[in-house]
Amino acid sequence: MPDTPLPHHSHGPSDIELRVSRLEKLLVDKGLVDPAAIDALVDTYQNQVGPRNGARVVARAWTDENYKKQLLENATESIMELGYQGRQGEHMQVVENTDTVHNMVVCTLCSCYPWPVLGLPPTWYKASSYRARAVSEPRAVLAEFGVEVAEDVEIRVWDSTAEIRYLVLPQRPAGTEEFNEDDLAKLVTRDSMIGVGLVQSPQSPS
Amino acid sequence: MNSAHDLGGTHGHGPIDRSQSVDFASDWERRIFGMTLACGMLGKWNLDESRHARETMKPGDYLNSSYYEHWLHGLEELLLAKGLISEQELDSGNPANRAANRAVSADRISGILSKGAPVNMKTDRNPKFQAGQTILVRNFNPRSHTRAPRYIRGCQGVVVKHHGAHIFADQHAKTGEKIPMHLYCVRFEAEEVWGTEDSESRVALHLDLFESYLDAIQ
Repeated sequence: MPDTPLPHHSHGPSDIELRVSRLEKLLVDKGLVDPAAIDALVDTYQNQVGPRNGARVVARAWTDENYKKQLLENATESIMELGYQGRQGEHMQVVENTDTVHNMVVCTLCSCYPWPVLGLPPTWYKASSYRARAVSEPRAVLAEFGVEVAEDVEIRVWDSTAEIRYLVLPQRPAGTEEFNEDDLAKLVTRDSMIGVGLVQSPQSPS
Repeated sequence: MNSAHDLGGTHGHGPIDRSQSVDFASDWERRIFGMTLACGMLGKWNLDESRHARETMKPGDYLNSSYYEHWLHGLEELLLAKGLISEQELDSGNPANRAANRAVSADRISGILSKGAPVNMKTDRNPKFQAGQTILVRNFNPRSHTRAPRYIRGCQGVVVKHHGAHIFADQHAKTGEKIPMHLYCVRFEAEEVWGTEDSESRVALHLDLFESYLDAIQ
C-alpha cells in the first residue's frame, strides 16, 4: 500500500471500491478465488434466483388446497417440489395471512432471508431502520409501506434468529377467481412475501 | 455479543429508505458478495464464524457503514485469522506466495449452492420443552456470538413449535464444533417485550431460540 492516503476524487473510485478491487486482485493472485466463480455467484442471485420463484409457490398454494396444506406443514419439501432449494432455504417455514392475522418477517441480528424463493434481500431489509423497528413498531413500519392493518387484526412478526427462513403466504386478492396459476404468479410481489405489502386486486380493464 | 448489530427495538434510525430497493447498489457490492461466498467455500470457516466476524466491527463503524462494508470487514478478519493472507499482503495488495488452498472453480458453484448446508442434527436427548409451555428467556450477556437478541432476554413467552435439534450456532461460531441443540419457535406478546406503554396493540413476536437460552416457568 502506498504511504500516501488513497486518492479520493469526486469522480474517481471511492476508497471502498479500491479496497474491494485490491482485495479481489490479491485473492486471485494467491489462487484463493476464481474471478469467474464470483461472476457465477453474482449471476445466480442477480439473474436466476429471485422473487418470481416465491410467486410460483404462492400461486400454487392459492390454486391447489392440498398443496397449500402441505406447504404450511412442510414448507421445505413442498417448495423443493417446485424446484427451489439450496443455500439459505434449507429450513423453510411458510406463514399464512388471513382475515385475522398479518405476518411480517425481519432479521434483527443480520439479514437472514429465504434466498431460493426471494433472491437476495433489498437494501432496506438489511438497513438499521427496518431491523430496529420491525419488532417494536410493526404497525408504524407497515404504514410507511402503505399497508394499514386493521386494529383487530393480529400482527405476527417473525425475527429470523436461527436457521429457519420465513416466507409469507399473502391473501389472494378479490377479483382473481378466473385467474390461472400463471396469471396469479404475476400479481405476487416480493414485498407481499416479506409481509410489508399486500397483493393488489388486478385493475379491471377500462 | 452485545454490539451494534443487535438492532431490534433500538431508536433513532429514522424512516425506512425504500428508494434502496435493489439487491446490489454498485459493482463493488457484487464483488464482495461473490468473494465472501467463494472464500467461504474454501471450508476454512463456517457461516456462524462469518456472521460473528461481521459483528466484531466497532459499533460506531458498524452503524456508519453500509451492509456490504460489514461483509468486507468480516472477510478481511477471517482471511487474516485463518492465515490465508497476512497483514502485510492485505496492506500491500501484493501476494508473498501462492496459497496452499485451491480456489473453488466457477463450474462447481451451482452445485454447491443448490445443495445448501442443512443444520439439523440427530440427538439422543429429549427436548426439554413442548408446544404450549411457558418459558423465560435467561438473562445472559456473552461476549461471543449468540442468537438471543438483547431485547428478548428476560422475557416470558410460549413455545409454539419444536423445530428439532440444530447446530448450536453460539458454539459453532466459537470453536467450529457442531453440537446438536433443540430449537424452538417461541411467541412473545409485544406488551411483555416492550411494556404496555410503548407497545402497539395486537402484536406478537416470534423468535427461534435454542434450548440453552430458556428456562421453564415453574
